[in-house]
Amino acid sequence: MEFNIDKIREDFPILKRTVHNRRLVYFDNAATTQKPLDVIESMDRVYRETNSNIHRGVHYLSDLTTRQYEEARETVRRFINARHDHEIIFTGGTTAGINLAAFSLGEKYIHENDEIIISAMEHHANIVPWQMLCERKKAKLRIIPINDDGELITAEYEKLFSDRTRLVSLTHVANSIGTVNPVREMIALAHERGVRVIIDGAQAVQHGKVDVQDLDADMYIFSGHKMYGPTGIGVLYGKESLLEEIPPYQTGGEMVDQVTFEKTTFNRLPFKFEAGTPNYIGAIGLGAALEYLERTGLEKIAAHEKDLLEYATRRLSSVGGLHMFGNARNKISVISFVLEDIHPYDAGMVIDKYGIAVRTGTHCAQPVMDRFGIRGTIRASMAMYNTREEVDRLCEAIEKVKEMFS
Amino acid sequence: MDIEKVQKEIVEEFEIFDDWMDKYNYLIELSKSLPVIDGKYKKPEYLIEGCQSRVWLHAGMQDGKVVYTADSDAVITKGIIALLVRVLSDRKPDEIINNDLWFIDTIGLKENLSPTRSNGLVSMIKQMKLYALAYKAKSEKTDDDGKTG
Repeated sequence: MEFNIDKIREDFPILKRTVHNRRLVYFDNAATTQKPLDVIESMDRVYRETNSNIHRGVHYLSDLTTRQYEEARETVRRFINARHDHEIIFTGGTTAGINLAAFSLGEKYIHENDEIIISAMEHHANIVPWQMLCERKKAKLRIIPINDDGELITAEYEKLFSDRTRLVSLTHVANSIGTVNPVREMIALAHERGVRVIIDGAQAVQHGKVDVQDLDADMYIFSGHKMYGPTGIGVLYGKESLLEEIPPYQTGGEMVDQVTFEKTTFNRLPFKFEAGTPNYIGAIGLGAALEYLERTGLEKIAAHEKDLLEYATRRLSSVGGLHMFGNARNKISVISFVLEDIHPYDAGMVIDKYGIAVRTGTHCAQPVMDRFGIRGTIRASMAMYNTREEVDRLCEAIEKVKEMFS
Repeated sequence: MDIEKVQKEIVEEFEIFDDWMDKYNYLIELSKSLPVIDGKYKKPEYLIEGCQSRVWLHAGMQDGKVVYTADSDAVITKGIIALLVRVLSDRKPDEIINNDLWFIDTIGLKENLSPTRSNGLVSMIKQMKLYALAYKAKSEKTDDDGKTG
């Protein structure tokens, strides 16, 4: 199937709307993506036709919904090429997944004076849970620095390992500046030292093929809503042996095997990590999103986004007084920039009036802003349905901003 | 002029603008008229942190009236602050505490006061009223002291 941008745009109803009397240009895809009809309708259908709580009832509808939920799990498994279905844990999103990882891995493996490595380009969601864990266990956080182009300094990474290093938690793609990290090599390096690696894939899975077995990640965590799926659903992939070893995070119904007041034994994987009624409708919607991505073709999406990134980089580079942050050789379609002497908030307010949605501020990555000595940026993050014409509209709006605030 | 009248005056000023761009250009103009905060108050104690833009606010008491000076690193935020200062500054604490600021909504800048914008403005208005309350409490205490003393 050919990559037909007009056809793809047709699939996303929201793209037809106007904002401030202009056709919407949606460039805030790193925050959340829009949803294709397939996803919207899949969830609507469950509510209308099959809704019932899963895994509990013997009745017809419960059985139907359970089957759809488990099919969605299989779709996720296939999408990231995990070995087993039960290595796929449904969570509330990336933040929930990292909190699960930090708690359960922390309980099992982290003791006083142990060390955990993260990087200077993490989203706060991949900093704070580890910080809290370190406080609880009196462990230490070590940080991989970044260079001026916004790339991790891998030589420094190697030096951070000590005999107390227990875990590495690393973003695959930086949300604030778009850098793609060489996670496969970084995982291999940690494994040589017997250290497990957790990857935050929230900004990666929607932009190209991720194969968790090829990466050899011990855990790989991502969100549904940033990959054209619904909000409130995410995935934690973990290697079977690891998930078997660590204790559950949240406890309650569904995740137990036997409960007496003396002792509780836990259910098998993946249910051990899915306490309470899961967001099964979200999971079914996510399944529909992944099938949509598979049908469209991740390679084609990546090629389209690469073209957009190159075009936008070229166009924006020629804007006087515009400085970009994050010039990694390998990056996704995110451009983070500031305009000389113009506050990002002022610029964002005006750009919004032209019907263009960009994000301004620190992007939940204050350490990255600190690294570059800035208080925030304007971020345009592009997705499969964006076009070169939309990049042109952004450039026009930026010229207006410059006129107004000069 | 009381607070109600100043608000009406601002609304009239904004009525002549047809579109947002004229409004924003006017705010940019206004930002230049804001009574600038003394450099010594541009410290963390006077900073109202927003995720998007930052605001510094100082309140002093002169002849029984609260006088505000402020600043922001974003121009549009600063323009709106200039309006707030024009409405609330140089007034007795009671006036400040008991008045509703309805003009921002009427002139179509409500979106700038949504808490999700986190530009520091919502906290700033709260802080302005808190200063007024504090000065009121302080002056009443002085009065009491006067009577008993």
